[in-house]
Amino acid sequence: MPDGGIGAPTKRREDLRFLTGKGRYTDDINLRGQSYCVFVRSQVAHGRIVSIDTSKAAAMPGVIQVFTGDDFAEVGSIPCGWQIHDRKGEPMLEPAHPVLARGKVRYVGDAYAAVVAETEAQARDAAEAVEAEIEELPAVIDMVKAVSDKSNLVHDEIGSNLCYDWGFVEENREATAKAIDEAYHVTTLELVNNRLIPNAMEPRVAVGDYDETNDHSTLHTTSQNPHVIRLLMGAFVLGIPEHKLRVVAPDVGGGFGSKIFHYAEEAFVTFAAKQIKRPVKWTSTRSEAFMTDAHGRDHVTKIELALDNEGHFLALRTNTYANMGAYLSTFSTSVPTYLHGTLMAGNYKTPHIYVNVKAVFTNTVPVDAYRGAGRPEATFQLERVIDKAAREMGIDPIEIRRRNFIQPDEFPYQTPVAVSYDTGNYQATMDKLIEIADLDGFEERRAASAARGKLRGLGVNCYIEACGIAPSNLVGQLGARAGLYESATVRVNATGGLVVMTGSHSHGQGHETAFPQVIASMIGIDPSMVEIVHGDTANTPMGMGTYGSRSLAVGGSAMVKATEKIIAKAKKIAAHILEASDQDIELKDGMFTVKGTDKSKAWGDITLAAYVPHNYPLESLEPGLEETAFYDPSNFTYPAGAYACEVEVDPETGQVEIASFAAADDFGNIINPLIVSGQVHGGIGQGIGQALLEQAVYDDNGQLLSGSYMDYAMPRASDVPSYVVDHSCQTPCTHNPLGVKGCGEAGAIGSPPAVVNAVIDALHRGGHTHVSHINMPLSPSRVWAAMQKS
Amino acid sequence: MYAFEIETPSTVQDAVAALKSEGAQALGGGHTLIPTLKSRLAAPEKLVALSGIDEIKGVRMGDDSRLCIGGGTTHATVAAEAAGHYPGLARLASLIGDPAVRNRGTIGGSLANNDPSACYPAGTLASGATIVTNAREIAADDFFQGMFTTALDEGEIITEVKFPIPEKSFYAKMLQPASRFPLTAVFVAKFADGVRVAVTGASESGVFRWAEAEAALSSDFSKAAVDALSAPPADGMIGDIHGTPEYRAHLVKVMTGRAVENAA
Ligand SMILES: Cc1cc2nc3c(=O)[nH]c(=O)nc-3n(C[C@H](O)[C@H](O)[C@H](O)COP(=O)(O)OP(=O)(O)OC[C@H]3O[C@@H](n4cnc5c(N)ncnc54)[C@H](O)[C@@H]3O)c2cc1C
Repeated sequence: MPDGGIGAPTKRREDLRFLTGKGRYTDDINLRGQSYCVFVRSQVAHGRIVSIDTSKAAAMPGVIQVFTGDDFAEVGSIPCGWQIHDRKGEPMLEPAHPVLARGKVRYVGDAYAAVVAETEAQARDAAEAVEAEIEELPAVIDMVKAVSDKSNLVHDEIGSNLCYDWGFVEENREATAKAIDEAYHVTTLELVNNRLIPNAMEPRVAVGDYDETNDHSTLHTTSQNPHVIRLLMGAFVLGIPEHKLRVVAPDVGGGFGSKIFHYAEEAFVTFAAKQIKRPVKWTSTRSEAFMTDAHGRDHVTKIELALDNEGHFLALRTNTYANMGAYLSTFSTSVPTYLHGTLMAGNYKTPHIYVNVKAVFTNTVPVDAYRGAGRPEATFQLERVIDKAAREMGIDPIEIRRRNFIQPDEFPYQTPVAVSYDTGNYQATMDKLIEIADLDGFEERRAASAARGKLRGLGVNCYIEACGIAPSNLVGQLGARAGLYESATVRVNATGGLVVMTGSHSHGQGHETAFPQVIASMIGIDPSMVEIVHGDTANTPMGMGTYGSRSLAVGGSAMVKATEKIIAKAKKIAAHILEASDQDIELKDGMFTVKGTDKSKAWGDITLAAYVPHNYPLESLEPGLEETAFYDPSNFTYPAGAYACEVEVDPETGQVEIASFAAADDFGNIINPLIVSGQVHGGIGQGIGQALLEQAVYDDNGQLLSGSYMDYAMPRASDVPSYVVDHSCQTPCTHNPLGVKGCGEAGAIGSPPAVVNAVIDALHRGGHTHVSHINMPLSPSRVWAAMQKS
Repeated sequence: MYAFEIETPSTVQDAVAALKSEGAQALGGGHTLIPTLKSRLAAPEKLVALSGIDEIKGVRMGDDSRLCIGGGTTHATVAAEAAGHYPGLARLASLIGDPAVRNRGTIGGSLANNDPSACYPAGTLASGATIVTNAREIAADDFFQGMFTTALDEGEIITEVKFPIPEKSFYAKMLQPASRFPLTAVFVAKFADGVRVAVTGASESGVFRWAEAEAALSSDFSKAAVDALSAPPADGMIGDIHGTPEYRAHLVKVMTGRAVENAA
């Protein structure tokens, strides 16, 4: 076995270019004759466009053309990728989402005009000269009020601010209500899952290009899924067939979901480039990123958990208002529904579960998937209500969870919320957590904190998530307007090196390192012989991209399938050369051997023969060694784990410090433990950010109060502890060839409840027993205020 | 950013002359002004950079045992060079922003800007320092005139700040979680003839002296003396997404107590 295959903690090869400034990001792409675009964005949250006068702007120096919504009259609407049907089976309300606003502006930052000029400065100057008369309307901000308010609509033409009223599973509604009504104890919790701004390190950029000679458009963009953008923008918005449209997403500096979606700016630069027959570049400023990148979360929820007298869960009901923002972003509608409701069983046997979600339009930027997407919202409410129930019933929070766990011998486990978990072992991760977090030593640490005047608390929770998104036939039934397979082409070169062209996209995940490790193990060669090509629709097979922790589970599986085809063919070539039957050929350590003999040929001999087919079974086998495979998963994967957080609360100021954080995750098989740890660290960092610091705030007029780093608090190194993470509990996924489950979102999903549980625990231990919940972020001000009430 | 001209004088005299032209503005370290320009919230026609004027840089002990800091001295220099003379003030400087901010931002810029959440106004007011300009000397008690407002005239340059050195002092800073400016911070300075307590980050009228605490601490310099006070009224305190007026008022008391406890 060569070094560096499956299981090796190899350092990420791509980091060399990222850390030495040699990455090539979209903003590094500058095309000959390039022009620059600046958008004119609404400063009011809601307003009727009375008139837009572009004449002054058009006459400014360097201005090539000024565009308004009228220029897009013949252009399609930015599509939503998932159609939800409501409780009554009616399709969701789906308003138009124009490239440039027409008639109305609907959030602060909504673009209603755009200037294309020779330089960025000229475009910016001219953008200020665009004169618009916008009659301001009252802003629709409060979700709960918006649902019943018919007099003030974000979209007048659809007649309501309610996008859908979804019940899941609708048939469970009655039985759940009955079980709750009859239960020994019901714990109720109202909470907010705070709205977040993604803050990828690299802001969005789009460069449109058009080649008149062959009527070919190219879009360079900061995307997690270039093929999806090509499909959505080409087919639905601009009407460009795929063979005339290339989408390139080169190095991308972080996405966290926010770069999945098809944004209007992408369509704009592609369209404008064709109009002016010159490349058009747009680079988001950081302020624009705050205002216009799709935000995450933003749920207002009431959850009820019914229990018997021993703390067994009997039923769970949750009612959520989910903010859609002003328009439906690509996956916005699926996040609070199928990525959220399906996870409400958590790691537990709850016989009756009913989920109701009201998706609401507001005059805020669209809300869509953000690391975890729906699953953090599910996990947070469930693990918070369990903690509250444990306290109310006087049962230890770990014990109450154990009592309700799905047991290892109960898999596959069909939940009452549609999904069926294939495998897991929740007792094992909990045991591991107790060990790595040294929970036995908590009391001693608490006493030490108390001696320093600090309230120490311990928060524990579990999580489960559905990753490896997703079986196409299933999601099709649920309203997805796309399949969710993945693809790979494996090209073996004559001298034995391999290139994998994958539909997955790497923007921080480390595919360039992990994928070769898999092939290295399959063939028995050094991983350095394998390279990954991704991010360009011109040279990769149709793929659905990277999100939902799907790359290895789905994209990696496609690569395995393609490599299996390669190996099968290579064995036939070897059989011919070694004059044996291909059934008798074994491939090990890069050598093809005839079983039971010492006759063998090296990998490189066979790959050479494939391309120099002098001694080759040409009558039965094509030359060359290149295979493509598409892989459509038969189920989701279900990573799960148990997390523990200890905090210290300053009783005078309410300041919370994370004292320790431990995570025991079951990701199934692990390809590269170093990358997995890094993903978990990053995810927990984001979860701590959500729990303690981050908060997108719109005021009643729809102005974004947290529109810069002066007011939007990102976690910094000093805010997070040294994590203790473990992924040795492994129940391999039963339905993909690698037995992997996905690890990219777990940290962000599992950590917020641990932090909040810990703070509530600290306050209770400090005598503030009236505090049952504090909404995130648990800022010093909020924690202090909670302690004051009694 | 809009286009502007820039001048780089090497004497105060030349800078003052350059600032006389219409639409001219002084540029210190630029850590307030440049972000403002970048977001097109200001449009000076000319910037007069003070960073090339050596005579307004540096930390030295004056003949009257006051610590004299040039108006163009960076926070990093103060943190390093004032430590032996006035540790409380050096510590304040060391807590401003991050290394990039401290290596560029200047005391003159900070005082001229008088952000209601800036650190230096608290240290300056609590010390009873004197602000020296190209034209005159202004007592700290007269200098700060409310949020972003000072006694400076148009084109007037802070050339030096003279700090009486207290027996004991401490700066207690509660961080605003996003900007890491003070959410509320208190500088306590104990002199032979009394105690001065200056609060920043809390009041809608900018930095202020907490008279009740000064009176109490002047007779009994102890945390217990602070504990016995009630927090100042929440009325007029800043309320924003990071903290209510009540919380800030509460923090004034907590931070004052901590400053006293740690004063050295
Ligand atoms: C990320 C970040 C974090 C920060 N954190 C803190 C913090 O924790 N605490 C804190 O107090 N500050 C903080 N600051 C502000 C920082 O200290 C600034 O440097 C300071 O407020 C302004 O000083 P400057 O030299 O940069 O002035 P500039 O930005 O150059 O100028 C500011 C204003 O002062 C005027 N001016 C400049 N110099 C003079 C002079 N000598 N005489 C008269 N007028 C002058 C200018 O014309 C302008 O109006 C932070 C800034 C940033 C960017």
